[in-house]
Amino acid sequence: MSLLYQVHFYLFGIIAVASALFFVTRKNPVAAALWLVNTMFALAALYVMLDAQFVGAIQVLVYAGAIMVVFLFVVMLLNLGQTDAPDFRTPGVRLGAAAVAVVMLAELLVLSRAGRIPEVAPSATPQTNVVAPVAELLFTEHLLAFEITSVLLLVAVVGAVVLAKRQRRA
Amino acid sequence: MTTPLAALALLQSYDPQVEHPGNGTFFVATVVKMLVVFAVTLGLVSLLTLAERKISAWIQDRHGPNRVGPGGLLQPVADGLKNFMKERVSPGFVYAPIFWLAPALAFVPALVSFAVIPFAAPLPTPWGLIPMVVADVPIGFLYILSISSLGVYGITLAGWASNNKYSLLGGLRSSAQMVSYEIAMGMSTIPILLLAGNVSLGAIIRQQAVTGWNVFALSVAFFVFMVAAFAETNRLPFDLPEAESELIAGYHTEYSGMAFAMFFISEYSAMITQSALMVTLFFGGWDIPFTSWDNEAPYSVLKSLATLASFGAKTLFFLFTFIWIRWTLPRFRYDQLMSLGWKVMLPVALAYIVIVATAILALDAAGVARGPLYGGILFAMNLVLLVILFVWLDRGRLISPASGRARAAEVARLRARAFEVRQGRRAPVAELAGEAAD
Repeated sequence: MSLLYQVHFYLFGIIAVASALFFVTRKNPVAAALWLVNTMFALAALYVMLDAQFVGAIQVLVYAGAIMVVFLFVVMLLNLGQTDAPDFRTPGVRLGAAAVAVVMLAELLVLSRAGRIPEVAPSATPQTNVVAPVAELLFTEHLLAFEITSVLLLVAVVGAVVLAKRQRRA
Repeated sequence: MTTPLAALALLQSYDPQVEHPGNGTFFVATVVKMLVVFAVTLGLVSLLTLAERKISAWIQDRHGPNRVGPGGLLQPVADGLKNFMKERVSPGFVYAPIFWLAPALAFVPALVSFAVIPFAAPLPTPWGLIPMVVADVPIGFLYILSISSLGVYGITLAGWASNNKYSLLGGLRSSAQMVSYEIAMGMSTIPILLLAGNVSLGAIIRQQAVTGWNVFALSVAFFVFMVAAFAETNRLPFDLPEAESELIAGYHTEYSGMAFAMFFISEYSAMITQSALMVTLFFGGWDIPFTSWDNEAPYSVLKSLATLASFGAKTLFFLFTFIWIRWTLPRFRYDQLMSLGWKVMLPVALAYIVIVATAILALDAAGVARGPLYGGILFAMNLVLLVILFVWLDRGRLISPASGRARAAEVARLRARAFEVRQGRRAPVAELAGEAAD
């Protein structure tokens, strides 16, 4: 693997991890949301480096460009920064979170020692048709999961509309 | 490996371990292209501010700026200097980190999205054939859609961080508007995918050289795309985020000097990108119509220049259209904007995807070869669809009454009034005074 590739990999990896850390530690909810956007951006860059360019583009388009915007919208409207929301970060919760992190790290270490994490590297020849491979998998191997996901999303949309209607009447 | 090479690799610009011979050429060519495209975009932005004022003056029958330089040509320079010299006012109540980050967040996506648009035929040089696009990425216009979807952050955060009711309303409006129309825009590009079979902009230009421009083969998609492009750039008739009659200046009320200018520049460079994208997706990109001379090897410098001129002319036409429409149409009301986006544009785009998919399936099954005939059949279908769409959108409100005959009594009343005005018995614009004050 070339030096350029490694430099980029670690660069975006560090950005992603650092932004994720800032995301959970910032007090201001808008700033936290922006750090999460930054994490997603770095992840998209990593996807592109793994030759999953379509996934990278969709990551930015859907997560950074649409979902986080709506998220931000809600944060701004509720003005969360000013209210005294009950803090769930009690010592117990913190300890639990730390324990989960340690278990996760241990799992990763064991798996990588045992060689169970497949090495991923970009192909030598650049791809030209990036959408078709994803579509092929979605509509053949993972068709059932794909359709179930779409029904789930439909249920969520219908549920949102029902909730919005009920609030208006009350 | 030597230290300078390692340093270059760390600067992420040079890869010493990739050994194919075009490496150095690629590096130099890309840097040159980046600088040129960046400079041309910024230069065009400054000229567009002048064009906007000149064209609006022309449309409103006045002179426009004509004092600075020959014919007012140096007005952008004066404006730029003024913006640089102005004091950067930082209101005390803003959330400073995001308040100063927001202009940059609006500025950057607008400038980097042009990177994937091919602007001319490949240029032959002594170091090989150089594609005339900054980055020929295989995800093509998905890159532009995703980058332009980030433009909303600058506006939304500017509105929020200003800590001002009107700014916040402008910011919220813009995020709702841009997210809504992004969907219509994405959906209107799917028929192009169906026809071209690839998202790469180069492949779409090649497809249009075969079947004719997509504006004919996929007219309805073009209509939806153009409406969405106006909404995405926050231009009239969709400039709700900065509706001055309701929101002072919307999201940039609190900004001054260069920070304000950055919002301005990002609006105009987004216009350039959207125009170039419309040209590339629907008007054949750099293709010169009625000849295949330009899109066949061997390429020459002349071909590159000719196609560049063709691309430039088409893009400038759409930039003119953006300005033309701004000074022609009034602003939509906010609920009209939302219902147009969700209840008209999105269903039309979805139905159109189904229709085009069926048509392509039928044409392929009938054995029609991809060529002028293929495009012609699709165009005939689109003409019918467009007539149905426009008659339904209009529903006897605007277009058909405009061509109808006025009633004789009404004409007589207006004539009588004009006569009274000429006699001096009546003020010329008394009835319009209320509207003119706006």
